[in-house]
Amino acid sequence: MTKTFLGYPTTFLGNASGVSYAPPGVGRLRGDETFPRAARTALANGQLRRNLGAATATIRAKRAAVVSELPDWEQLRDAGAAIKTDVMARLPELLTQLETNVIAHGGQVHWARDAAEANRIVVDLVRATGATEVVKVKSMVTQEIGLNDALEAAGIAPTETDLAELIVQLGHDRPSHILVPAIHRNRAEIRDIFTREMSDAPADLTDDPRHLAMTARAHLRRKFLAATVGISGANFAIAETGTLAVVESEGNGRMCLTLPQTLITVMGIEKVLPTWRDLEVFLQLLPRSSTGERMNPYTSMWTGVTPGDGPQQFHLVLLDNGRTAALSDDVGRAALHCIRCSACLNVCPIYERTGGVAYGSVYPGPIGAILSPQLTGMGGHHDPNASLPFASTLCGACYEVCPVKIDIPSILVHLRNRAVDQSRRRPGGQLMAMKFVGWVMRSPRRFALAERLTRVGRLLAVRGRIRALPWPGSAWTSSRDLPAPPAKTFREWWLEERGHDSHDSHDGSDR
Amino acid sequence: MTARDDVLARIEAALAGSPPAGAIPRSYRVGGAGDVGSRDVVDLFVDRLLDYKARVHHTPPADIATTLRAVLQLATAVVAPPGLPSEWLEACAADGRSVLVDGTPVTLTATDLDASSAVVTGCRVAIAETGTIVLDGGPDQGRRALSLVPDHHVVVVRADQIVASVPESLPYLRPSSPLTFISGPSATSDIEFQRVEGVHGPRVLDVIVVQTDAASPPEPARRKPRAR
Repeated sequence: MTKTFLGYPTTFLGNASGVSYAPPGVGRLRGDETFPRAARTALANGQLRRNLGAATATIRAKRAAVVSELPDWEQLRDAGAAIKTDVMARLPELLTQLETNVIAHGGQVHWARDAAEANRIVVDLVRATGATEVVKVKSMVTQEIGLNDALEAAGIAPTETDLAELIVQLGHDRPSHILVPAIHRNRAEIRDIFTREMSDAPADLTDDPRHLAMTARAHLRRKFLAATVGISGANFAIAETGTLAVVESEGNGRMCLTLPQTLITVMGIEKVLPTWRDLEVFLQLLPRSSTGERMNPYTSMWTGVTPGDGPQQFHLVLLDNGRTAALSDDVGRAALHCIRCSACLNVCPIYERTGGVAYGSVYPGPIGAILSPQLTGMGGHHDPNASLPFASTLCGACYEVCPVKIDIPSILVHLRNRAVDQSRRRPGGQLMAMKFVGWVMRSPRRFALAERLTRVGRLLAVRGRIRALPWPGSAWTSSRDLPAPPAKTFREWWLEERGHDSHDSHDGSDR
Repeated sequence: MTARDDVLARIEAALAGSPPAGAIPRSYRVGGAGDVGSRDVVDLFVDRLLDYKARVHHTPPADIATTLRAVLQLATAVVAPPGLPSEWLEACAADGRSVLVDGTPVTLTATDLDASSAVVTGCRVAIAETGTIVLDGGPDQGRRALSLVPDHHVVVVRADQIVASVPESLPYLRPSSPLTFISGPSATSDIEFQRVEGVHGPRVLDVIVVQTDAASPPEPARRKPRAR
């Protein structure tokens, strides 16, 4: 719809294949420091680790209980994965079908190449209504594009209405979980934030979660009743009918989707589903994977505008912002299947220890580690997002729980490949080390000597582990321990045990 | 080039040479605990409601009004959708309660709704396995705001509106209607993942389950429910 374009080059970082990444400098897809550095800060925060450990343990148990109730869970996952694969293959057709149906029901559709364009569209739409305040439903995509910053810069005050998002907004903080953005805050911290930032907070506010939630209810109710513009994301959009769906728990979503006169929904182009019937799969997969409930308390669905019920102006903004770049990688493209349930975060041993802020992007955890670098591109060794594919032990727990069976470990390995290939221009320390190891291992004599030399490491070990090696070994031990080398090598042991008849042992005749 | 053309061209370029996707395997269950309105299905539905702390009341069709009166005992001002059965409306107005019917004579404002204490609606369909009640804005349910702003929602569910599973419920719904799926009172787990019932939506959900003979299930909106 817009002909002029901001100053950004359409392709960022001169990508050879000509794909269009999410532009830098707008939105929240990239942190300021690499994951290992950011993780160090997070790991030093004992409170954060306690909060995360407790919350992820609770949510894992809830999910496991409700998933085990369904005898056909695996069949639902298979269907979910196949539907998403089909969506990616037919994306242009499905998006234009969605567009046609939304317009046919009285809505308007806007397309945005990237975050900057989407922000400008939304700001212009809000300005056209004359509103200076908007209420927002929790949405990952508006976090991704930094919409609140753009609104504030235009003199429009956005209010986050999800309790956790409100805690993050009032705390001038960053969300650390897809589902529970304030998972890193405990009740005492939340009470302090409310007391400090909420002018209408009661003087005797306690840290009881119920009391805190009721305070937020009272604070937001006035905003809901007065709101003229609501802004949301979308969990699903049905191409065949033009229907949009938002799932939520608190009722703030219903308020934002129902009471204002104007509703603006921003959605990534990958969220479209082909048919109404497909909801029977995703309405089962999402709540159980996400909050560990059989069904979330509220799901709202609307198609364009309904005369006399809810917003009478509806705008749908379809956003690329690097999604087509991810789509162009036929291995990495499956990251776009994600339905933002956050189950992979809760089972990830890395996420559980560092929390979401360390990932820099609004998409943390295993899914973030494969999504963010593909949306932004990886700009070489010092790009924080180039470090994300390495923020994993490749244990595979994320793949096990993913409701749409995204093979996250394989994509992580694939992206590690891409990251290494991109900065292969001159031989680095790792390459030299590998060449040296290759040289050592090519000769049995050299290898045996090297094995015996490792025994020196026993002098550095404390209780069977080496915690710090001198340079260049420090590059390894700065982020992990090394087991102490054994007292004798396998060859030595073999010689001692079977040395005399080792030549006969091939046919087992020593038995 | 418009943004629309640009994005569509980018997608085409990204997909160039990709194989078409295969068929969707749909070997998951369609049915569940039993037929529409059967004893097992109703029992499962009630079990789910109680699990998420809704209040459940059983009543034969003849006693709906009586049950409504009892449930509304503490309410002072009740909101009603335009098409609520007259007997129910009378029950709403009993015991000195004031009743505001949306659209008669005027459309209620959000402030009107906020000032009232309860709302009474019917529903379109209910799902046993997940304890879900679906509203589609029909005459006995009204606009979405009605069942949202008042703090107490009383919903009447006939047994013959209760299906077993999520897949069985969708054929009863017309996608172009504004739909609200309700599975419990509003809730949050945002503080230390401890569940608190009642945030922005109604804090109290009363479900009146009406026993029916299940001989006349409601008509599907678009197509017959699929056979297994």
